[in-house]
Amino acid sequence: MPDIKAVSRQLAQDLKKYRADYIEARLEESQRSHITYRGRELESVGQATAVGGNIRALIKGGWGFASFNDLSDLPNRVELAVKQAGLVGKEESKLAPAEAIVDTVANEKDSPLAISLAEKKQLLDQYNDIIWGTPKLQTSVIGYADSHKKTIFLNSAGSYIQQQRTDITLRLSAVAAGNGQVQQVGLSLGSRGDFSSIQNLHQEVAEMARNAVALLSAPQVKGGEYTVVLDPVLAGVFVHEAFGHLSEADFVYENERLRQVMVLGRQFGRSELNIVDSAALPGLRGSYKYDDEGVPATKTYLIKEGKLVGRLHSRETAAKMNEKPTGNARAINYSFPPIVRMTNTYIEPGQASFEDIIADIKEGVYAKNWFGGTTSMEMFTFSAGEAYMIRNGQIAEALRPVVLTGNVFTTLNNIDAIGNDLDMNQGGGCGKGGQMPLPVSNGSPHIRIRKCLVGGS
Amino acid sequence: VEEILTKAKKVAEAAEVFLLTSEETPLQFEANRLKSIQTKQSTHLALRIIKEGRLGYATTTEPTDGQGLVESAVETARFGMPAKFELPSTTTYPKVDVLDPAVNSTPIEKMGSLGSELIAIITDHTPDIICEAMVVKETISLKLINSQGGQASYKKSVFSLGVIGSLIRDTDMLFVGEMQSSCNPLTQPQDIARVVLNQLELAKNQASAPTRELPVIFTPRGVASAFIPSLMMAFNGKTVLEGASPIGNKLGKKVFDRKISLWDDPTIAYRPHSRPCDDEGVASQRTPLIERGKVASFLYDLQTAALANTRSTGSGRRGGGLPAPSASTLVIAPDKTSFNDMVSDIKEGLVIEQLIGAEQGNILGGDFSGNVLLGYKVESGKIVGRVKNTMVSGNVYQALKEVTAIGSQAEWVGGMVSTPPIYCPRLSVASKG
Repeated sequence: MPDIKAVSRQLAQDLKKYRADYIEARLEESQRSHITYRGRELESVGQATAVGGNIRALIKGGWGFASFNDLSDLPNRVELAVKQAGLVGKEESKLAPAEAIVDTVANEKDSPLAISLAEKKQLLDQYNDIIWGTPKLQTSVIGYADSHKKTIFLNSAGSYIQQQRTDITLRLSAVAAGNGQVQQVGLSLGSRGDFSSIQNLHQEVAEMARNAVALLSAPQVKGGEYTVVLDPVLAGVFVHEAFGHLSEADFVYENERLRQVMVLGRQFGRSELNIVDSAALPGLRGSYKYDDEGVPATKTYLIKEGKLVGRLHSRETAAKMNEKPTGNARAINYSFPPIVRMTNTYIEPGQASFEDIIADIKEGVYAKNWFGGTTSMEMFTFSAGEAYMIRNGQIAEALRPVVLTGNVFTTLNNIDAIGNDLDMNQGGGCGKGGQMPLPVSNGSPHIRIRKCLVGGS
Repeated sequence: VEEILTKAKKVAEAAEVFLLTSEETPLQFEANRLKSIQTKQSTHLALRIIKEGRLGYATTTEPTDGQGLVESAVETARFGMPAKFELPSTTTYPKVDVLDPAVNSTPIEKMGSLGSELIAIITDHTPDIICEAMVVKETISLKLINSQGGQASYKKSVFSLGVIGSLIRDTDMLFVGEMQSSCNPLTQPQDIARVVLNQLELAKNQASAPTRELPVIFTPRGVASAFIPSLMMAFNGKTVLEGASPIGNKLGKKVFDRKISLWDDPTIAYRPHSRPCDDEGVASQRTPLIERGKVASFLYDLQTAALANTRSTGSGRRGGGLPAPSASTLVIAPDKTSFNDMVSDIKEGLVIEQLIGAEQGNILGGDFSGNVLLGYKVESGKIVGRVKNTMVSGNVYQALKEVTAIGSQAEWVGGMVSTPPIYCPRLSVASKG
């Protein structure tokens, strides 16, 4: 394999030779392994290695970008990126100032590297046996993957940053079938390189399989507006979809009307509502020391006491909006330029206990766990993996999984209770601009939303 | 590639080397103007072996690292699934045209002016709209050889042109858009603009939807967003083999309305997902999935077909991992009713152009429930305006069991699915009005 360190040293010299307002390069090498089961049997096991990189150049506000696996012809790649930027650029380049940084960031944890495929498989075998010990189960899917990545970032201002990260994801789902019905329940976990975080889940896995079977006899909710209580996992997806994406400045910075709507100080929720994005929290899947533009990670309040107070920036969006860069420019890998992304996004905890939150609900829906979520900025949907009716302040019968929808300008304001039990979910992956899944984490305490639209029969 | 195969043959009973290289040039427009030009070169080399009856698998981006690749595949073969199939030997492939040299020779300046023209047509119509556009050319080269003497190689070109427009009025946001993709260069931005202008016209007024069951017409884009994800999972041979497909035991039985016929056909010329052979070197074929409402067949790759005691339908696709069954180019046959006649037939109902979140429920069971990102209200046979804050829910198998009509005109959505509009007699609608 080519040595990216040696290549990067030569490249640091080469970047100086070209005329551009700004040039950066990112080189990466990675090793991945995956194990998947479908049904009782192991379906696929594989290993992958990759080496690649990219050059990004800015001239008069226009970007050129060249990505590659073949590292043999880098001066020509730099030239290509610079030429492309020149074809685009017709204005003035704007980039928020960023210090030149030289740093080497060691990995916090990388336990999967020391664990053999045989040991990984042994754990998954145990989980699969538990799933298959459940009666009426039709099939199951287990997907385990780990990756270890080394990145070198350098730019024309003299930054040279080496970072490493290890990611682990584990997705399990149990599918039950009977009477012409098919139902499934899933579990998604992730970790920043700590294999022990996916061990000892035997009880959760058993519960997942039992829930899938139970759904076969569960009724579908009647569609309409409900008071809805979300568990921390689903509320985390909610905050990511409902507000996180709208706070990404690349949607806003060149759209005058959206800038007026998303003006700092605008009231979105009640005074108890605080929403944060922070890559600076240690050890979570969205955590890092420097983003993919070499900007240090920060903690950014998006909503404070119900008001819009901040947003997520790249160097370009920050400069164009006269705000400070937040270190949120991320790329899923070397074949993409960095774009503004979330990291670890959460609703800060409040005072209420779970019992307080459901106590005065006469008829409502308790939605837990997640299938997914998506947003169009104004309107968003998110889907629960499990759901129950709430009747007279008590959790009642189980429902089929529900899809909930909302409108960012009304739904956040309808959050009228925030629990005291913040929990971060590490199993998520975010998609934007064709870059998916980017490691992120989401979190929240239990929250209650009034008048939430639920799809149903 | 040959060298890696030779190395692999020494340590395994059977081996297959798959090399995919591509060069892609996307132009991105943001806020109505050109923002970036990119060039992406990529190499993907995959080795699949059968050793002591088990599958081993490894990939790399580095063709010179053959030894490492072989060792890595051997390591995984200790645990791999027992291989039930044989790699195909020499095969005759159908002639499928997927390469047009005019794609690669399209100058960047020409691509830039296509994007600018597309945006200009839309902003002339609606001056305060903000458009993001994408013009992409790509050349893909595939080569596959195996230890049974099988070999395949082809080159493909893909050209895509698309736009998303957002129109913001205070806190009301309207999103419109269209994307087309072909193996030939796309030269007519007005074809794409026409779809978008029609969306803008129909969405000019706002209308409200009630919360109850309503007749619903899905436009071709609506069909693709509401029904296709569930159907593709149900017709996947793997889902069928596991017993998790709701139609897995319905082969030859009538499950859908007899007006519905659906097939997968990777041999249609110049479609972006067409190809002479699949990613395992099995010849491409037209596979009927629904014939006049009856379940006709499922999609298989080599391994799944062997486990199910049937033949591969040439549907093996690699998404970076081992091949798995996947649809390529889907076609739903048109019928007799015009879109306008469908609308005229409705006293109160909806037209759905795009649902978001529909693929996030229990799609295995066929349930869909999505927010109407773009859709219109029909009153007394006329489209009266756009609906918002509205969810449409249903189950694919119930919704397509009896449909009122299938449209007479099919359209390509994205480049992968060709479908006419579909008119369902009633679906559950929940709305904030």
